Amino acid sequence: MTEKTPSTPKLPVSLAANPKLSSWVRFASDGHVAVSSGKVEIGQGIVTALAQIAADELDVDIARVRMVRASTAGSPNEGVTSGSLSVQQSGRAIRQACADIRQIFLTAAAERLGVGPEALDISDGTISGPGNVSTSYWELAGEISLDRDATASAQPKQSSRRAVAGQSVQRLDIPDKVFGEPRFIHDSSWPGMLHGRVLRSELSHASLVDLKEDGARQLPGLVAIMRDGNFAGLVSETETGAELALAALRKGASWTLRETLPDETGLAEWLKSQPAEHSVIDSKKASKPFAKARTIRRQYSRPYITHGSIAPSCAIAQWNGDRVRVWTHSQGVYFLRADLALVLKIPLENITVEHLEGAGCYGHNAADDVALDAVLLAKAAGGRPVRLQWTRADEMSHAPFGAAMTVEIEADLDAGGEIVDWRHSVWSNGHTARPGRANLPALLAASELASPFPRYIATNPAQASGGGADRNSIPLYDFPSWQIECHRLTTMPIRTSALRTLGAQANVFAIESFLDELAAERGEDAVAFRLRHLSDPRAQDVIRAAARRAGWKPEKREGIGHGLGFARYKNTGAYCAAIAEVEGADDISVRRLTIAVDVGEAINPDGVINQIEGGAIQATSWVLKERVRFDRERITSNSWSEYPILRFGEVPEVDVEVISRPEIEPVGAGEAAHGPVTAAIANAVFDALGLRARNLPITRERLIAAMDLAS
Amino acid sequence: MPNIRFRLNGVETDIDADPETSLLATLRGPLGLTGPHFGCGAGECGACNVLVGDQAVSACDTPLWSVADKDVTTIEGLGNAQKPHPLQRAFIAEQALQCGYCVSGILMSAAALLKRNPDPSNAEIRAALDRNLCRCGSHNRMVRAILRAAAEMRNP
Repeated sequence: MTEKTPSTPKLPVSLAANPKLSSWVRFASDGHVAVSSGKVEIGQGIVTALAQIAADELDVDIARVRMVRASTAGSPNEGVTSGSLSVQQSGRAIRQACADIRQIFLTAAAERLGVGPEALDISDGTISGPGNVSTSYWELAGEISLDRDATASAQPKQSSRRAVAGQSVQRLDIPDKVFGEPRFIHDSSWPGMLHGRVLRSELSHASLVDLKEDGARQLPGLVAIMRDGNFAGLVSETETGAELALAALRKGASWTLRETLPDETGLAEWLKSQPAEHSVIDSKKASKPFAKARTIRRQYSRPYITHGSIAPSCAIAQWNGDRVRVWTHSQGVYFLRADLALVLKIPLENITVEHLEGAGCYGHNAADDVALDAVLLAKAAGGRPVRLQWTRADEMSHAPFGAAMTVEIEADLDAGGEIVDWRHSVWSNGHTARPGRANLPALLAASELASPFPRYIATNPAQASGGGADRNSIPLYDFPSWQIECHRLTTMPIRTSALRTLGAQANVFAIESFLDELAAERGEDAVAFRLRHLSDPRAQDVIRAAARRAGWKPEKREGIGHGLGFARYKNTGAYCAAIAEVEGADDISVRRLTIAVDVGEAINPDGVINQIEGGAIQATSWVLKERVRFDRERITSNSWSEYPILRFGEVPEVDVEVISRPEIEPVGAGEAAHGPVTAAIANAVFDALGLRARNLPITRERLIAAMDLAS
Repeated sequence: MPNIRFRLNGVETDIDADPETSLLATLRGPLGLTGPHFGCGAGECGACNVLVGDQAVSACDTPLWSVADKDVTTIEGLGNAQKPHPLQRAFIAEQALQCGYCVSGILMSAAALLKRNPDPSNAEIRAALDRNLCRCGSHNRMVRAILRAAAEMRNP
């Protein structure tokens, strides 16, 4: 558990990596406080939550807090905005940095005002003491340098003394978005800006054997056509001109197939047959010998899933001599810069990468790829900025996908039907191919150039960082012994990288489905069965809360089913239990999701609810509809009609209870719901129809197949 | 280039352009209105929805010639921070979005719905928005916000 230990003067991890206080906070002369974070807004409301933390710790009105966009020109380097870690990492760092700063200013104010620091109060940045003496952060800012390292000598406020954190403050970015103000990178316009497009084949792995440029060259506004090996693109004065030129260039291109894709129909078995790196994730030996009476084995699978951002990825780049400036909606500006330096073979300091908001990305989509594309095309723009946007089809066929997975669980039961040994194996490509982690660039165009870099094969984060394919594969249940194994493919015909929850969705789906099956077989209630295998009280509390809220277990009605799913994200993050109510007619529809979540301290409770609702609805879409389709040459699901997602009329009601624990360090909420909701739906389908759906998505065809197997 | 005239957010507008150019490219390019967003270019996601007359249409597959002499309203014409439309106020009050990229199109679909049906049911709202995609999962908040705005507009 992560209860706070008040006397430990240890810096939070992000602050230890970026200890200089001035890299986090500056007092602007206009009465504002500029707060920098290395984490970026991706629609999750992080900028608001961080502003709340700063406002609280400094005792200033939140309206005075200006959140600075992340940039390699000066922001703290906090790696990547992922893994539901932003509140945990950036939030703790800002909280501690602000506590230190508050203390520094109190000491200086005490000296200036001639009173003891304990007699001073801070209210909205004004520091006052007995006898109407006062000063302020801004008055003192000129004489106090924050170019000093954090010491964590000051103690952040007790949770009971926080006035802003813990409140459902309205998000700072929302007004611009509902008024259509240009806030997204897509809507940014720089003086002299040109428009680029990249030509990519529909084939997943293709060589550009010929490119006839005449058609495109005749079009008005064309500035340049660029080709470097299999990478080709163009720059035009206008976006419409760029679109027309791309169409013309596409007509003039001849491609040959370089490599085939696997057979989509046998995907789960294909994953198990590929060369792989094998690892034992965890093992636990029973303290006393057990007698096995029988063994049950079940296999589960999920397909490749696309991130499916509503906005195609976009970037802007501008060269000035041998220096380049890049605007991006990447989740990690420093990591992107590292990969750009590898590809361009120029020093890091020649590259500035700045964040601008994009649409929700849900993981590592083409945000980084498009930045390299823009940088390459901008070389031909004579120093003018080039804005490049991918096509919808490229976004859905050339961006990395969430990896397909096969999970096998085998359990030994004793004569009483109790679990005595548990074995869990995962086969999957790696779940991260983000830039900036290796000596090899992970950006798409790097492998397309005339002097190409080898294709970057996705890997898995270490289990200590939450794991990848193996995320949430270690059970939270008190089984006496287990063996957890992961098989990461070392080939990668279909590109994969981080998609929200990484492997957790499939692992939780498998574990929770398996347990549900065992409980049903024993005739034991699903809630009771889980509770007696869980000793963590926070785990028990979310399950009990969800059950209470859903009126567990509702009376049985024809065609309606209820199911439960539970997980603690990454085994160290948010606890979440979900109960699904489904209706099984021609197709399965999810009518209602009842969810309880425990994120420790909820900095912005409505923000937590918003994230959980969103995650629950997105997971419902994955479960009921989503599957990347492909033939042996190309991804065929490259439009919304070929890759349908959940629509308004199909969205379930979502009811969320946040269990508040202000005394416990906060963790993120963005990925907590996906696994539990997935399992809850599958278990509810069984309750409604008596069919175990073990392969995602749960479609009518899959259920008919399950019915055939059962009969 | 032919000259095409229409009323844009209540203002007479004329532009010399290829009549086959999409309305979206014209709005975002020469007319500088970036509220309607490009999402798919095929009328499948609704991120670029605008009003033509009282109808919500996807601007990405609407050719410019088809709006000649018509009224076109974009999110910028619906309201602004100084004079917000009840729908915009309600979306803020309900915090009815996450990333917000789809929201300008959704607001226009909702505005068209409230023009023809000032008192829609939850199901009617969902039906009216069925061609708008939201990937963040903010659907239910948006429906709540539209119900709130409709109530406010009926009883100002």
